[in-house]
Amino acid sequence: MSQSASAAVAAGEASSAALRVSGVSHKFGEKTALDDVSLEVPRGTFTVLLGLNGAGKSTLFALITRLYDNVTGEIRILGHDVRRAPTLALQRLGVVFQSRTLDTDLSLAQNLSYHAALHGIPAGEARRRCREALETVALADRANERVRALSGGQARRVEIARSLLHRPNLLLLDEPTVGLDIGSREGVLGIVRSLVATRGLGVLWATHLIDEIAPDDRIVLLHKGRVLYTGDVPGMLAASGAKDLRVAFRIMTGTASEAEAA
Amino acid sequence: MSSDVIEGRTAASADALAAEPVKRLGLRAYLVCFRGIVWREVLRFLHQRERFLSALVRPLVWLFIFAAGFRQVLGVSIIPPYESYVLYEVFVTPGLVGMIQLFNAMQSSLSMVYDRETGAMRTLLVSPFPRSFLLSSKLVGGVAVSILQVYVFLAIAYFWEIEPPRIGYLTVLPALILSGLMLGSLALFMSSVIRQLENFAGVMNFVIFPMFFASSALYPLWRIRESSPLLYEICRLNPFTHAVELIRFALYGQVDWTSLAIVVGCTVLFLGAAIFAYNPSKGLIARRGGPGGG
Repeated sequence: MSQSASAAVAAGEASSAALRVSGVSHKFGEKTALDDVSLEVPRGTFTVLLGLNGAGKSTLFALITRLYDNVTGEIRILGHDVRRAPTLALQRLGVVFQSRTLDTDLSLAQNLSYHAALHGIPAGEARRRCREALETVALADRANERVRALSGGQARRVEIARSLLHRPNLLLLDEPTVGLDIGSREGVLGIVRSLVATRGLGVLWATHLIDEIAPDDRIVLLHKGRVLYTGDVPGMLAASGAKDLRVAFRIMTGTASEAEAA
Repeated sequence: MSSDVIEGRTAASADALAAEPVKRLGLRAYLVCFRGIVWREVLRFLHQRERFLSALVRPLVWLFIFAAGFRQVLGVSIIPPYESYVLYEVFVTPGLVGMIQLFNAMQSSLSMVYDRETGAMRTLLVSPFPRSFLLSSKLVGGVAVSILQVYVFLAIAYFWEIEPPRIGYLTVLPALILSGLMLGSLALFMSSVIRQLENFAGVMNFVIFPMFFASSALYPLWRIRESSPLLYEICRLNPFTHAVELIRFALYGQVDWTSLAIVVGCTVLFLGAAIFAYNPSKGLIARRGGPGGG
């Protein structure tokens, strides 16, 4: 890449949202999983992708992470089309998957250096970044322990540390608090929120738990593959005429909210 | 879309906002990635003691018990690459080496199906490197593990008086790499087609047993021809037969050119199919639906 080309790329990134999904539909056979989905995650924002199980959250994540390609519409990470420029797009993307993806038999450091290698970060630099990342999630003193010895919440924090190693601008988290107790949930949520504030990351946080939403978050409400609402919290209340988000969610989706259980 | 607008922007504002400069993935980055993936496979194997042990016990049971019993039944006449009458144990050793690689490949295929569901495979696939490179690296990692197992097995077999020429231990290495790649890429392809695998039994029944028994691993092909010409033809079509023959000849410092050609051809075919299957736009994962089963 020439000097000017890379400057152009940098300038392009500077003017782009962390994530922009426009007009994406996806079908599995006859079943429509996503129907004309558009949404945006600006930088430095915490955007909640709110939806029940089966709303299409995981399909959307599979498309953004390019497990398979979107057939219609466009997905851009920092302006890079995921399908046409996957290398640039994926370099800007950090992911925490819903299921556990650490090797439990290996140490924290070994897990992280594997991930650094997946991004082509050479060993010396990788060691430095691993230490930094583990400090960010307050687990630096346990670098040489096996993942097996960690609690669920700690393992999740390691996964967040891992997703930061290549210094992405967009962080995707797919129901990251599933199976965690209240204390760990707050810990994980707190870390991610502070990353938004201090590093200007754009975060897309998928969940079905309404009480994970803070007053100044942005909300994308996904239901049965369609986006029913995008905007801030007061807007969602105003649009539905409800007093709290739970009721708003129920009115907008026309369901007895599973989220109430939380 | 926005690329026209951005040209006019100043570089200064870009610097302020971009967290990390745009980096091209150079040759060095590829090497780092390759080494990282292979090293992870090896580390995982070394940390799973039970897997190491069972990988070793299986062929040893065959060698110590099955072969000891069978040698009274089956005499092996002088066939290449052997220059004299050999004991059945000696004949069966390359077949057992093939079995180690077959099991290892299928186990890693199984772990990939499992990985795909738990997300470890997806962690691999969100790496910015080309997918074909990532899959090939993972394949090489599996082959490295299988070769480790084979050499430990050969070392133990040496004390059981299976003593190929010294040079054989060296010349068998390229054969092991090739046969490992062939079986591994077959398994890689299978991992993309199989949607869910409850357990190992299905793979055992439908892949490992037919491939292993309908091959030259346990008995010389001329013996099979005497009893069933049809089975003989099946064995000759079985790529595993050629992997075993390639290993057998290489262990005695010779090359079986037909087997070499077939093994290389099958590797290219299977690997191509696997890379196609994992291709995000054409691949089978997209058609089969559901992100990693969910």
